[in-house]
Amino acid sequence: MTINFSRRRILTGMVAGAGTAMLGGCDRVTQSAGLGAVLRNTEKLTMAGQRLLLGRQSLAREYSMADLSPVFRVNGTQAPDSEEYNRLLEHGFAGWRLRVDGLVQQTLSLSLADLKRLPSRTQITRHDCVEGWSAIGQWQGVSLGRVLDLARLKPGARYVVFHCADELEKTFDGSGRYYESIDLTDAYHPQTILAYGMNGKDLPVGHGAPLRLRVERQLGYKQAKYLMRIEVVSSFDSLWGGRGGYWEDRGYEWYAGI
Amino acid sequence: MKIPELKCLPVPVTGVANQRQFIRRHSAVVRMTHWMNVLCLSILLLSGLQIFNAHPRLYWGKYGADTDQAFIAIGSHKYDDGLHGFFQIGSLTIETTGALGVSRQGDVAAARAFPTWLTIPSYQDLGAGRHWHFLCAWLLVINGLVYLIHGFLRGHIRRDLLPNRDQLTLRHLWQEVVDHARLRFARGEEARRYNALQKITYLLVALGLLPLMVLTGLTMSPGLDAAFPFLPSLFGGRPSARTLHFITASLLVLFVVVHVLMVVLSGFWNNFRSMISGRYAIYQSGDAS
Repeated sequence: MTINFSRRRILTGMVAGAGTAMLGGCDRVTQSAGLGAVLRNTEKLTMAGQRLLLGRQSLAREYSMADLSPVFRVNGTQAPDSEEYNRLLEHGFAGWRLRVDGLVQQTLSLSLADLKRLPSRTQITRHDCVEGWSAIGQWQGVSLGRVLDLARLKPGARYVVFHCADELEKTFDGSGRYYESIDLTDAYHPQTILAYGMNGKDLPVGHGAPLRLRVERQLGYKQAKYLMRIEVVSSFDSLWGGRGGYWEDRGYEWYAGI
Repeated sequence: MKIPELKCLPVPVTGVANQRQFIRRHSAVVRMTHWMNVLCLSILLLSGLQIFNAHPRLYWGKYGADTDQAFIAIGSHKYDDGLHGFFQIGSLTIETTGALGVSRQGDVAAARAFPTWLTIPSYQDLGAGRHWHFLCAWLLVINGLVYLIHGFLRGHIRRDLLPNRDQLTLRHLWQEVVDHARLRFARGEEARRYNALQKITYLLVALGLLPLMVLTGLTMSPGLDAAFPFLPSLFGGRPSARTLHFITASLLVLFVVVHVLMVVLSGFWNNFRSMISGRYAIYQSGDAS
């Protein structure tokens, strides 16, 4: 019996010790640069796997009007609070221009009316937040590929960066400004649109008025709102944290397909 | 006077010890993949709870967010005497302050679905939780494929996990239920194989719950849903898949609890050793020999 008792104690100790060591170890590994990088490299494997299975053209599922979420949750910025944005909003975005620059042959400055004159695409899709909730909404806009074709990409162009009007975190250096980036495969995907309409109306402020990105095969934080400028680059190393997006700079994956 | 011949001498005590025989119970692949599963599933569970904490509500259907009806939720309410945690399933709500919804974070009671000691990392960090989750998910899938390929090709699943015909009679199955309830475990020749309840459970876990875990997990990926549109249809939507992911994980936890309990009750060191070195002792019971 004594043997059993001490065995039980040893065992309990072993299990408790292993558990504590594992949890503490995981915290330390998460914070260490070297092993943290191994964790982040999983993303490359995931992206390669998904790209292989997805191909360039496979479409995200499109739903019917009956499937729309009764209330589409407003997430992230509810309304940008900069003076510049408020002035634009006051005048119904009449003075708003989307600047398209970077590695393009022709820098563009497009008004909302210019964008609405281009052929439009309407799609009812599911918005999947990284946190786990989903909402279904209808989006209307112009194909991003079409706009990029108007600007004509220069050789060396690899990524499309979206600069936004909202600051999600107040900082002195402006690094709290929202931005996102996607590569050309996603930029030229047929469902990748610059949306100015939602559920049959103009895009509401909570969802990114006057223009937001929809890149349907990725998670919600890629769907940049309040677009001000599209910049075509060969690398996003020099932008803010260097990881290609506001949330990416704060530890999320750049490839948000899962 | 005739002395009777001593034909059947009582078996000496040392003789019983001599009737211990070692067999090779688990192949190297089974042992390796078993411990890899232990590691991966532990981290997957705890990082999964971290991810769950980011939005501790589960829905059924094609969409589901804050204003939609939650099927399962963990949350907190603020009352005059402080924060109260709750667990809600359907229309049933249970107060869980201290464990779920509200738990200690350092010195203060904080609103938090699962407590710090159950999540990886311990502090709130969805990005890091996801990194751990996907790393271990990849390892689990590779490990699972190694196990299944080996299991089907080398006959482990057919030979060791498929119940034998004689084990599948109602009478036998009922006897096993009774034996389990009385904590009476097989000895002698019968201990060379798994009992039928054990076999059915292992098959359900290896070919049912674990693949379901992977599939419901993949269904939460907007990328893979585009590549395989049948996935969300199969589970009734991404929110439903997330709910099933949570329920299946709970069933796996239940399995592990019962599994470890049975390992301990039916001879811990013998079972443990057989999963380390492969050697398993068979004890011939006195009356069987």
